[in-house]
Amino acid sequence: MGAQLRVYKRRIRAVTATKKITKAMEMIAASRIVKAQRKVAASMPYATELTRAVTAVATGSNTKHALTTEVEAPTRAAVLLITSDRGLAGGYSSNAIKQAERLTERLRAEGKDVDAYIVGRKGVAYYGFRERKIADSWTGFTDSPAYADAKRVAAPLIEAIQTETAEGGVDELHIVYTEFVSMMTQNAVDGRMLPLSLAETSAGAQDEDRAKGEILPLFEFEPSAEDVLDALLPRYVESRIYNALLQSAASEHAARRRAMKSATDNAGDLIKSLSRLANAARQAEITQEISEIVGGASAMADATAGSDK
Amino acid sequence: MAAELHVELVAADRNVWSGEATLVVARTTSGDIGVMPGHQPLLGVLESGPVTIRTSDGNTVVVAVHGGFISFADNKLSLLAEIAELADEIDVQRAERALERAKAEADAAAERRADVRLRAVTGH
Repeated sequence: MGAQLRVYKRRIRAVTATKKITKAMEMIAASRIVKAQRKVAASMPYATELTRAVTAVATGSNTKHALTTEVEAPTRAAVLLITSDRGLAGGYSSNAIKQAERLTERLRAEGKDVDAYIVGRKGVAYYGFRERKIADSWTGFTDSPAYADAKRVAAPLIEAIQTETAEGGVDELHIVYTEFVSMMTQNAVDGRMLPLSLAETSAGAQDEDRAKGEILPLFEFEPSAEDVLDALLPRYVESRIYNALLQSAASEHAARRRAMKSATDNAGDLIKSLSRLANAARQAEITQEISEIVGGASAMADATAGSDK
Repeated sequence: MAAELHVELVAADRNVWSGEATLVVARTTSGDIGVMPGHQPLLGVLESGPVTIRTSDGNTVVVAVHGGFISFADNKLSLLAEIAELADEIDVQRAERALERAKAEADAAAERRADVRLRAVTGH
């Protein structure tokens, strides 16, 4: 075998091996999207009911609560960024990081200090490489987050917002995650969790209510509106974080499936063009051999013809 | 036919039970509360404890609920729980083992959880 041909053959073998891996990863990711989507759907009733309850308390009572009222001049904000633990998911993590950077920029422009809370090894690595301060980070569960993980993430955030700003607490709580729109579309989005933007929630609720033709009833609170709100808001934060984690997990799998699909397609194309080249090289080798034989034979014939005379 | 109310019992990660009921008894932080159809709109904080649902066909469903909320409006009752287990789903032996272990380790929260589970099954 010619040297050229051998090189092509080796490269084809290498690309085929890579293709097998990317194909397997694509199929694993595809099967996990379904599972992740199901988890998002299963968490929906709780989230909807909880949002409803929070809206009811916030609009139905005149209680002033630290977590619902906006601070006059907020000076510190916490940003929770959700990225993935593993790479090979296209632009998934970097899109979320970019969104967080934009949000941080905006908050800084508004004169607020930003504390970074990060989920996922990729985000931690990004901040670590740039030697930025990370307030807290969690890794190891972005593939399939459980409610306990969301609780773990929520605990220091709730503590931070309940602490006075002067003592190292924060005034606002923002979250950056990747919204799962469909198999093909995932958007990195940011949103403010606390203080609750009541105008937004009540307007949304009112639209919904108008559609259903009902008004939020006047609730009786047990034991009291303050206590209910005290108990409700941490759960609300946890549920929001849980939902964000689940959506991010679904998005991560979808992004990975897409990235691996294009990698598999590229590998296929590469194999095709490499085998064309290998075929051409083999053909050239054969042609050369034939012309060598023919040339050799005719040289021999010439030589014998010469010696005969 | 007695009046009915619609019950949705949801845990953080799944829908546990939903259906029609005539009476729901739950334990809030300020004591047990019974909700029947036509109750005043209510929003309360739940203690961990068993929740009893008397369904409209006369059966009784008992659920162990560990913290959460009860909300009632428009004849629709929502029970939101971080963790909720139907009495049928609870493994008694496992709960007993958990109770003993919790007692041995003096883990009050775990002991309470196991206790609630067992009470949901035995109905005391």
